[in-house]
Amino acid sequence: MTDPAPIWSYLSREPLLWLTATLVAYTIADTVSRATGRAPLANPVLIAVILLALLLGVTGTPYTTYFEGAQFVHFMLGPATVALAAPLYGNLARVRRSALPMLAALLAGSVTAVASALAVAAALGVPAPVLASLAPKSTTAPVAIGIAEALGGQPTLTAVLVLLTGIIGAVVATPLLNLLRIGDWRARGFAVGVAAHGIGTARAFQVHETAGAFAGIGMGLNAVLTALIAPWVLGWFG
Amino acid sequence: MIPALAVILLFQLGGEALSRGLGLPVPGPVIGMVALVAAFAASPRLAALVRPVAQGLLAHLSLLFVPAGVGVVAHLPLLREAGGALLAALLLSTILAIAAGALTFVAVARLTGDAADD
Repeated sequence: MTDPAPIWSYLSREPLLWLTATLVAYTIADTVSRATGRAPLANPVLIAVILLALLLGVTGTPYTTYFEGAQFVHFMLGPATVALAAPLYGNLARVRRSALPMLAALLAGSVTAVASALAVAAALGVPAPVLASLAPKSTTAPVAIGIAEALGGQPTLTAVLVLLTGIIGAVVATPLLNLLRIGDWRARGFAVGVAAHGIGTARAFQVHETAGAFAGIGMGLNAVLTALIAPWVLGWFG
Repeated sequence: MIPALAVILLFQLGGEALSRGLGLPVPGPVIGMVALVAAFAASPRLAALVRPVAQGLLAHLSLLFVPAGVGVVAHLPLLREAGGALLAALLLSTILAIAAGALTFVAVARLTGDAADD
């Protein structure tokens, strides 16, 4: 057996190691999530992020080194955003039929999400540069990261805030909507998709098929709307 | 698979060029997504070609999010300082946004006589 130190120093600088670690961590996290019956708090992204963050801490690896490997996965966020066109197109007939309620709910939900988050954060003394990273937190991750970049925020911070928003939405949606006595599955799903993107949409699909389909539409439409309104709402707090 | 991936990348490229070229606030991939929906509506054949690959990409959407999420390690000092405030902002705004969206949907559906179909 040769001395492992030179092998480690070679591997730790190459993209292969951290690309592999990312896929392995996600596989473990997904298995855990499935074992808990997809409990909202056992979110696979959250678990994978914690595993990898611990691994970086233990090995003393800087994030930039990790990202050299992980960037290949990260790159696919852009094509995945474009691919959202497929479910949106598949639901076009439904969008047309309930266009007015959807448009109104989209505007109300989207503006409320951005404005109330920024208002609470600003009131509690969160520094102004962080607000740019917070503004797009209700949109699906690839879009949120794109918006944060355009607003001068920090994409990695946005990613974490988006993730937490999705988990919060998945956890609170059912009790909250029951409390409000809203029985229309279209309204329930759509609102969750607008406020809590893909994680909320996945949760909606678990509860009801129609709710899930409308959540997907809400997520797709809000990706477009937040890109348009976030710079404007952020201006109120600048 | 490769032609479908090429279509997706072409729409992203076009969106990126438009977004940067015109200095739009909308990210390039979002423009690409909207343009692709329009293209699907114009050509159902294109939709059938791209759909399987698009669904494959979206099935693993969670994974794509991990590298950026690990970036949390770069923000630990900020989260130690402002983590409570940020969590309060996320919690309150998510509750308010879900309530506002669902209540508005139901109210407008009632006004326009658009009943739930199940």
